[in-house]
Amino acid sequence: MTDHPHFQKDFLMNESTPATLPTAASADLDEQDKALLAKLNTRKVPTPPSQTKVSAGMITTEDLGVSYGDFLAVAGVNLAFQRHEITALIGPSGCGKSTVLRCLNRMNDLVPSARVHGTIRFRGTDIHQDGVDVIELRRRVGMVFQKPNPFPKSIYDNVAYGPRVTGMKPASMDDVVEEALRGAALWEEVKDKLKQNATGLSGGQQQRLCIARTIATRPEVILMDEPCSALDPIATAKIEDLMVGLAEQFTIIIVTHNMQQAARVSHRTAFFTAEADEHGKRLGKLVEYTTTEALFSNPEDPRTEAYISGRFG
Amino acid sequence: MTSQSIDPPVARPDLSTDNKTKPDIGSVVFAAALWACLVVSCLFLLAVLGAILVEGLSRLDWALISEQPSRLRPETSGVQSAIFGTLWVMLGTIVLALPVGIAGAIYLEEYADNTRWWNRLIELNIQNLVAVPTIIYGILTLAFVVRGPLSIGPVALAGSAALALLILPVIIITTREALRAVPRDIRDASLALGASQWQTTWRQVLPSAVSGIATGTILALSRAIGEAAPLILVGATVFVTVNPDGVLDRYTVLPVQIFNLVKLPEADNVKLAWATILLLMIILLAMNALAIWMRNRFQRRW
Repeated sequence: MTDHPHFQKDFLMNESTPATLPTAASADLDEQDKALLAKLNTRKVPTPPSQTKVSAGMITTEDLGVSYGDFLAVAGVNLAFQRHEITALIGPSGCGKSTVLRCLNRMNDLVPSARVHGTIRFRGTDIHQDGVDVIELRRRVGMVFQKPNPFPKSIYDNVAYGPRVTGMKPASMDDVVEEALRGAALWEEVKDKLKQNATGLSGGQQQRLCIARTIATRPEVILMDEPCSALDPIATAKIEDLMVGLAEQFTIIIVTHNMQQAARVSHRTAFFTAEADEHGKRLGKLVEYTTTEALFSNPEDPRTEAYISGRFG
Repeated sequence: MTSQSIDPPVARPDLSTDNKTKPDIGSVVFAAALWACLVVSCLFLLAVLGAILVEGLSRLDWALISEQPSRLRPETSGVQSAIFGTLWVMLGTIVLALPVGIAGAIYLEEYADNTRWWNRLIELNIQNLVAVPTIIYGILTLAFVVRGPLSIGPVALAGSAALALLILPVIIITTREALRAVPRDIRDASLALGASQWQTTWRQVLPSAVSGIATGTILALSRAIGEAAPLILVGATVFVTVNPDGVLDRYTVLPVQIFNLVKLPEADNVKLAWATILLLMIILLAMNALAIWMRNRFQRRW
């Protein structure tokens, strides 16, 4: 999947790209992706991703590894995240699933000691190659964090911030804000208090505001790093409902500690684990990546089975 | 291999016996010394404040502000020229020091790579600059601003330059602390939305840090307003009896004016000096109170 001429081109730094939804130019590309997906889905036995060097997908990783200083945190990750699907990354603490997630929009660049090995491709383009504009990458690969982190501004300004900084010139910013808040199932709750400070919202509302803020910039992929871990069950259920709806428009990759959550919302699941070497250093590894149904009902790897059955009791 | 022994290496007192009554002489003496230091410094402060109030209160009147210094009518004279001089010098100091100081702090906190030796060298230097004797800044300004390359002469702007250099490290350090108090989350959220480093700093980090920056700046200015040493070298020595017209005019400032008044033979001028000290103290306390109020009022809990 090296042939995505439109995207390879406008990804480059010197090409200015208006941050709008993919339109006519990418229509044929959607067809390509659909065809590839169809091909992938008609396979009798899904090829384990570790054996597929490069497979079709919105984002693919090839032999991805991350080290912090001398410490190798995670290595040998080969994944292909499919368009308009929800992919869950699960595994015990310290297995590197959040680290992998933060690589996908190069948020790990902000950690001075972190080094990324291997290749990550976004629609075929190596996101670490020269000329890739990391800001443009993050506009297309948005992120929702573990702890709700609204800006200390009004609800309206929180949502409008992304479109403003990315230079979107919508006919009506009010419409953009309303659409994003509706998309995040928050509009009805906040429509009368858009000018109030976002820090006054409840935790669940704040997290949905963070989702609204992310979808307002019209990304193609949304990364979610344990988005419900700070929320109560009702707020969690709301966000899960939301995710299922959002998958129609976006590709979602979610890291979660909650296996039921992965089973409830995701189409595919990647199971990571951490194994200590002879020096006691823990190295995160991808164990198994397949459809969620297959992973939970019929795991191939005994480690996956142990983890799943251990947790489910 | 030594033989296994469960005996403690030294004999220890039995916990149950009541032998803790022996007071530790060292602790008592040390605590007493600390209290003595505290009392002495507080007494000095109270004595100084008391003396200023007693001597200066009688001349703390409207004439102090509305009149110019005079050797002919010292009993009704004031220090208006020094007040205006101080205002002009401070205005220049803010304009010179604030943008540079904030920009320097933003560079060091948001952009600089701390693993590079030159950035660590800059940091070390800034910390050392706080400890440089203030007269050194005066000499530097005399050599490069009053004379030398710039040669603007002994005017208010030269005083501003000296004081700006003096408070620059303080502004940089306090601004960095204010920036550091803004949580990483806010930066991450902004960057993940596709904002550039500059947009993140300008639209999210700086607005969140502005109260801390303002507090630090006020404290730095209150330090500058009481400085006399560097200004003596850059023109604030003359007995000025007219208000400066701007930053390029000859000037004097309150601390230097006090120094000049004390030297005069007339008893009324010495009294005027006491009143001026009181005025300066009031200004300083007001600035510090404003800084504390701002810190408490606008402090954001994350």
